[in-house]
Amino acid sequence: MPRSASALLLVLLVLFAWAGPLLRRTDPDALDLRHTVAPRSAAHPLGTDESGRDVLARLMAGGRVSLTVGIVATFVALLLGTLVGAVAGWRGGWVESLLMRGTDAAMAVPPLFVALAVLSIYGSRLWLVVGVIGATSWTGVGRLVRAEVLALREAEFVLAARALGRGGAGIVLRHLLPQLVPTLTVAASVGVAWAILTESALSFLGLGVQPPRASWGNMLTGAQASLYTAPRLAVWPGVMILLTTLACNGLGEALRRRHTR
Amino acid sequence: MAHLRFLLRRAVQGLAVIWIVTTITFALIHLAPGGPSILADPKLSPVERRAAEERLGLDRPLAVQYLVWQRNLLRGDLGRSYLYQTPAGRTALARVPNTALLAGLALLLSLAVAVPAGIYAGRRPGSAADRLLGLGSFAALSVPTFWFGIVLIILFAALWHLLPAGGTSTPGLEGSPADRVRHLLLPVLVLAVPVAAEFARYVRSGVATAAHAPHVAAARARGLDERLILRRHVLRNALLPLVTIVGLQAPLLAGGAAITETVFSWPGMGRLGVEAALGRDYPVVMAITLGVAAAVVAINLVLDVVYYLVDPRVRIG
Repeated sequence: MPRSASALLLVLLVLFAWAGPLLRRTDPDALDLRHTVAPRSAAHPLGTDESGRDVLARLMAGGRVSLTVGIVATFVALLLGTLVGAVAGWRGGWVESLLMRGTDAAMAVPPLFVALAVLSIYGSRLWLVVGVIGATSWTGVGRLVRAEVLALREAEFVLAARALGRGGAGIVLRHLLPQLVPTLTVAASVGVAWAILTESALSFLGLGVQPPRASWGNMLTGAQASLYTAPRLAVWPGVMILLTTLACNGLGEALRRRHTR
Repeated sequence: MAHLRFLLRRAVQGLAVIWIVTTITFALIHLAPGGPSILADPKLSPVERRAAEERLGLDRPLAVQYLVWQRNLLRGDLGRSYLYQTPAGRTALARVPNTALLAGLALLLSLAVAVPAGIYAGRRPGSAADRLLGLGSFAALSVPTFWFGIVLIILFAALWHLLPAGGTSTPGLEGSPADRVRHLLLPVLVLAVPVAAEFARYVRSGVATAAHAPHVAAARARGLDERLILRRHVLRNALLPLVTIVGLQAPLLAGGAAITETVFSWPGMGRLGVEAALGRDYPVVMAITLGVAAAVVAINLVLDVVYYLVDPRVRIG
């Protein structure tokens, strides 16, 4: 997908989730047990769900939760990955071996199972859901950053900074990190897609975002009960997730192509 | 000799990974606020709670508990399931065949589709077929697995009544192979799609890159047959990374199995894991986490051997 189309789609999704409720003030959590699984009407443009809640309002509220979780979790992953990768690449030696073998070990464990185990033991609090997704998806970033730092370590501008008496941390922060920005932006946009897919899967399984708070994933859990009678309930949240991941992956792909050319 | 040492070192590293995973899992359970859920039962009196703590060994120092736990682990004792009152290890193991069938078929299907498609597209970079594959794999990697499953259930089960919505067999038709296949079709497809997309991308770029390599140009200059060039000079190089990619996909396949099994009510290890997590059945959660980590390590070890067999550089270097 071209860059502009992906970016536009992302902007529209953000507007839908955050500006939508300003135009349409319907409470996403208001129950109406006399009108459950209602078809579309003037009051409910996309109908109501199994508890009589307005589907459109819940899509907006769920979008705010899903997008926020996706973005914050990606930020956590980038932070962890950059830290591990930069330290390993810069320090080298046994520090590098230790960190990279740790990264290998972390890659060998299925992220979803770690998330299931942690959330089942500590409970599905929102910040923990975010933290677990971030903490299980930093390994790719860690490897990328290490490889780049390793390549840049011997560059002449680094030597110059060293000659000026700057310390290791200063060089990494002031001189190497800016060089990593293109790599990190690609990793970020693909990462958001991955984080949103993981969040929606966890919420769908009942261990992510907890009802009554809406997320695109847990809306699908509720919809599963009425697949035969009201399949549309299962279609809308999935379409929202798909549009978001398409836009994020599309943006990442376009940035990567521009970066490598 | 050198290669034997290499494989031995990988095996030791694998064991180290499993040991780290078990240690972290142990820490996770025992640092949890309120202790294991068995003690959180509000019906327990303080005396009963203390008795239960003593019975489970929770009154002993953490280091001692850890050693006991490791010893039991070496004996294959992973504790008793809180939900089913059965040995947790055996309960998890009983579900393995169902998951292995699902994941194995999905892996085979994705390889069978992705390798030819990737080769075809990689030999014609920029063609309509190449762009179609690029778009298809891009979409496949963006679709949420469980939602794709739900959509297939809506279409094939709810609307068209062609295939069953879940389970392993129709009551009354348990032995029928046709019935079994009908139940396998949708979950295998759902599990295979993202994996196939990932594989196809690697095969395609591997073939496209290898086709421009100097040794391929040299082979062409020698007047070799195009098919021979493809088989001997392009594919050998292009398909090698696939061995690594299969290993990297294994953990994701395990996660995908958990979701797919839940969507299609497939009685496998993944669904057991989800149910155990929801029911806070820690021994089963731990048994499955451990089992999956061990399986992934084992798969990677097997792939190391495969690498050794197919890549002469590993043998010499």
